[in-house]
Amino acid sequence: MSEAEPTAPFDETTRRILRILERDGRTEPEQIAIMLGLPVEEVTRRIGEAEMAGVIVRHKAVVNWELVGEPVVLALIEVKVTPQRETGFDAIAERIYRFPEARTVYLVSGTYDLAVQVVGRTMRDVATFVAQKLAPLDGVQSTVTHFLLRRYKEDGDILVGHETAERLAVSP
Amino acid sequence: MAVRAPPTGVRLSRRVADLPPSGIRRFFDLLANMEDVISLGVGEPDFATPWHIREAAIHSLERGYTMYTSNLGLPELRRAIADHLRRLYGVEYDPDDEVLVTVGVSEGLDLALRALLDPGDEVLIPEPSYVSYGPCTTLAGGEPVYVPTRAEDGFELDPESLARRITRRTRAVLIGYPNNPTGAVMPREKLEAIVDLARRHGLVVISDEIYDRLVYVAPHVCVPALPGARDVTVLLGGFSKSYAMTGWRIGYLCAPRDLVAGMVKIHQYGALCAPIMSQKAAIEAIRSGECDVREMVAEYDGRRRLLVHGLNELGLETFEPRGAFYAFPSIRSTGLTSEQFAERLLREQHVAVVPGNAFGSSGEGYVRCCYATGTAGIAEAIERMKRFLVGRLEAQPGSGGDG
Repeated sequence: MSEAEPTAPFDETTRRILRILERDGRTEPEQIAIMLGLPVEEVTRRIGEAEMAGVIVRHKAVVNWELVGEPVVLALIEVKVTPQRETGFDAIAERIYRFPEARTVYLVSGTYDLAVQVVGRTMRDVATFVAQKLAPLDGVQSTVTHFLLRRYKEDGDILVGHETAERLAVSP
Repeated sequence: MAVRAPPTGVRLSRRVADLPPSGIRRFFDLLANMEDVISLGVGEPDFATPWHIREAAIHSLERGYTMYTSNLGLPELRRAIADHLRRLYGVEYDPDDEVLVTVGVSEGLDLALRALLDPGDEVLIPEPSYVSYGPCTTLAGGEPVYVPTRAEDGFELDPESLARRITRRTRAVLIGYPNNPTGAVMPREKLEAIVDLARRHGLVVISDEIYDRLVYVAPHVCVPALPGARDVTVLLGGFSKSYAMTGWRIGYLCAPRDLVAGMVKIHQYGALCAPIMSQKAAIEAIRSGECDVREMVAEYDGRRRLLVHGLNELGLETFEPRGAFYAFPSIRSTGLTSEQFAERLLREQHVAVVPGNAFGSSGEGYVRCCYATGTAGIAEAIERMKRFLVGRLEAQPGSGGDG
């Protein structure tokens, strides 16, 4: 966990740009410039700096695959591990997060150590990954697998139907 | 047995029959069968009420809070309102008898006018202004006297032009800043001058400050907080705009106790009390909604700049609105009246705006565009307005040639 330290002083102006992009990554620099009363070049420069510094990790769309009809199986896996001399939890965490099947990997406090979210196309995919790749790793003591039954909200986005209320199109 | 006559002889009171219908009303019919409309025509936030406020109301229902409250409103809410106004503006009201919880500012306005006016009393109202000021004055037996404001003055109310219209029948000045529909705010000096006029002529200032929290350039000036103003002011405020609570119908009225006592008389026979679930929600909004207000204002500010920039780029001259969530572009360059512009824009490009003359005759030549809609919607609306304007130029080659 030595990376991800604050890398540069990002002032309030950059923070405001980041908040706009975090909400809608497709907002054009020209639009942001008008919204914040800044020259376009400055907005572009600040976004570039944030990208270079890894503050903006990447731009992506939030996709609700369930609506696409694409089969997706997700599982949360509690992993108990034995921390190692020198590297603590980092080395074993890396062994896990390098797998593309591991969608998120967190070190947590409590009764287990690593919270891992695994994605696959079928339950068998996920089970195979846990049984053949994750559980046998050196340092992994035990795993408990929870299959996700329903995703209600993810990263701040509600996935289960929207508020349907409509405003009148014209009101005083 | 005699057959009862059909009710053909039933007639409305003259007062109501003579009342003009709201200029906004007829757009509902046009909109009814239309799809993919982008609306800049609304007068409310596009945010739903923040969840913690909704959740507090649900909880209060579960606890069984479904009864009447005191006519004045829940003591807890009145105290919260008094604290809130003291903290924000340094103005003091006694929650026991100087704060009245109302069914939105709309009821507060009605109470103030009915409590103050005798038949024929005049109320000075800047124009353009909110659609209900004039009709509510008429319904209360008064005479609205309009004081035009102009884009050149940033739609600020000029105290001198106000003074010229004061007569022996003038009873009150009814102002609403930040303003719907123009987005104008009033500088402190001009408000002080108006308070001064009110004191000298024995007038009451009815100050509708529903948009007090939505200001983008300078802090809001609360009228009763001005020197000497409190004794001659009825302050109307509410939760609809600051906390996205339009449908809850909850607001408040603050005034010196003698005035409030008069208004409570009307309120106790009319509305009786504001809905208790809305009062419970309002308590939560005041207590923990500060963060929501700041986020909304920051969001509106970006949209405001985007819309005003876009309109000016289109050649629709728009003065910088400093409050509320409206831009009020001039459409004179198109050669259309406000109503023609709004109707054709809606028919041809499915963009809804409100014709400026709905807010009084000095609103003619303008339309009201609300930026309480997402940035994508604003960008698309501007794009469609561009197509609308280009289409008009092409249809009249003679007028489009030399720009």
